[in-house]
Amino acid sequence: MSRIVSDTNRTGRVDDVSQTGKADGVSENSAPATGEELLAARAVSVRYPAGRGVVRAVDGVNLSLRAGEILALVGESGCGKSTLARALLGLQPVNAGQVVFDGRALPSSTRGLRWFRRRAQLILQDPTGALNPRHTVYEAVAEGLRIHRIPGDERELVAKALAHAGLRPPERFMPALPSELSGGQRQRVVIAGALALDPMVLVADEPVASLDASVRGEILALLLGLRGELGLSALVVTHDLGLAWNIADRVAVMYLGRIVEIGDAVDVLTAPRHPYTRALLSVSQAEGERIVLTGEPPDAARIPVGCRFRPRCPVYAAGLPDEVANRCRTTDLPVLGETGVACHAVGAPVQ
Amino acid sequence: MSETPLLEFRGVGIDYVTHRGVVPAVRGVDLTVDAGETLGLAGESGCGKSTLALSVLRLLPATAKVSGQVLLDGADVRELNWGQLRAVRWAGASVVFQGAMHALNPVQRISDQIAEPILIHGGRPAGGVSARVSELLDRVGLPKGRSRAYPHELSGGQRQRVMIAMALACEPRLIIADEPTTALDVMVQAQVLDLLAELVAEARVGLMMISHDLSVLARTCQRLAVMYAGRIVEHGPAAQVVRAPVHPYSAALAGAFPTIGDVASRLAPRGLPGDPPDPADLPSGCPFHPRCPKMRDECTEVDVALRVAGPDRDAACVLVDAPGVSR
Repeated sequence: MSRIVSDTNRTGRVDDVSQTGKADGVSENSAPATGEELLAARAVSVRYPAGRGVVRAVDGVNLSLRAGEILALVGESGCGKSTLARALLGLQPVNAGQVVFDGRALPSSTRGLRWFRRRAQLILQDPTGALNPRHTVYEAVAEGLRIHRIPGDERELVAKALAHAGLRPPERFMPALPSELSGGQRQRVVIAGALALDPMVLVADEPVASLDASVRGEILALLLGLRGELGLSALVVTHDLGLAWNIADRVAVMYLGRIVEIGDAVDVLTAPRHPYTRALLSVSQAEGERIVLTGEPPDAARIPVGCRFRPRCPVYAAGLPDEVANRCRTTDLPVLGETGVACHAVGAPVQ
Repeated sequence: MSETPLLEFRGVGIDYVTHRGVVPAVRGVDLTVDAGETLGLAGESGCGKSTLALSVLRLLPATAKVSGQVLLDGADVRELNWGQLRAVRWAGASVVFQGAMHALNPVQRISDQIAEPILIHGGRPAGGVSARVSELLDRVGLPKGRSRAYPHELSGGQRQRVMIAMALACEPRLIIADEPTTALDVMVQAQVLDLLAELVAEARVGLMMISHDLSVLARTCQRLAVMYAGRIVEHGPAAQVVRAPVHPYSAALAGAFPTIGDVASRLAPRGLPGDPPDPADLPSGCPFHPRCPKMRDECTEVDVALRVAGPDRDAACVLVDAPGVSR
């Protein structure tokens, strides 16, 4: 534990995982107090060269995850949400802007990144793909402990991580191979592997999309419980607004490389303001009138001038006052901060 | 349309013969699909829903043993000879599989793939095969310019549209869609579901749609059957089954996808403890009892058959006492 260097400028917090789980009983893992910024993207851009053009996958985005909160990042495939999540984890180099973890720019040194990677864990959609079919549950969970050379009784740490992930009694699951487990249990093993490293942040990319409906709620309840018990923050990347309603404190809606609406989950999900959010919500519900957008989001190498949603926007298509419509066609929208909506027509009189 | 349903399952049981012994995947299913009707079949992995669907076109592996009757237009598909079966496949009934990336040939242009069932099963369409392909692409909302594309050049939604175009190619009277939108985004999902609903309304095809997402089925289907451990456990008008489920399992499935704005589900995801049972090792009595929040003592012994649970509704649960009375 003494390896872990913590900055002086932080609020001390005794981490209950390390306190109960580790031989020395004391953690030097201090984290910001609940509600303070923990992991943030500041004007982050990620671009890829593609043919003659440049794909602007993430196009200058601010997003901050606070300690102890669950933030849902929602949007369609190709909107840049997974790229943004990877950038936040230091898995994707950024072309502009910076990622800030715990008040400091993401380290670039191997040692610094190793520390960060222990503290920020990624959980992927498909647990079957994430687990080595020939490794037992014990091996899968212990692997991270070995890579990070975590001191303490390995078996005890693995057992505790499994128990936290809801695999009880842990001894029963340790010798099992992934093929002997159900999909929900496999996802719990993946989560246990992350928890073993005593993280501060979980980034979960569609954590329940490949699971059965009845198991889905259990895994979401687990994520919610981890926040409650361990104070873990989580960024959940998903296209499922019901999931956001189930577990998220705040919701950020992404479209074509930008966040177009962000705010408190109840506000965004019950009183959506951006036409895109409204359309997404309408098709996520079993009842009510649907707003089905035609086509698919445009190529991120050819982002429309003005409002990037305009070519598919039902509000624009229905007719707006000339002055507003003109801005939709010509004026790019400002990058959002903590809360807000990026739409020229919001608040504009309807024609 | 005659009185004969387009598709009828009569007491269908399907066993897989494996090295572990006989695994009953489907255990006595009765269902019908009429022309112009959409039936939703809901259930989780391993409940037997895909096995049941594949039995319609005899697409099951040789290890599967089918009992009971699978009637397509009144004729038992198990008694068809190869020639008759070939005539039925694509032209009589077709299947839209999930995971279009794997179902399409990666090294063949989509126009050629759509043309293939027409050339093999569809005879000679009036304006020629390529005209028919263009018509189909137009029908499913794919730009004509994309007809020479390879599958990897298309988005997930476009690939699923190609699958639907293929399924429509020979104008079948029955379409079986197995999780047609599972891998797709909500918006593309809505587009694809609208397309399927249009086809049912316009061409009076019968559609059997399989999914684990009750909200998808509630949107698209008139009737809904919920399957668990190889049996139908609840059956009725889709909106009613989703809004007021009788069987505790249907209730759990319906609760898994929350209604946004419903305060009870806010920060309270609902699931079921445990996992779907292993078909090779089913629990005694009602196979749902180990996970059932309303289990009673008798549930460990009595396996309840479907009972009338209201007008046009059935459920297989001891909690269903009399018609119209449900808890």
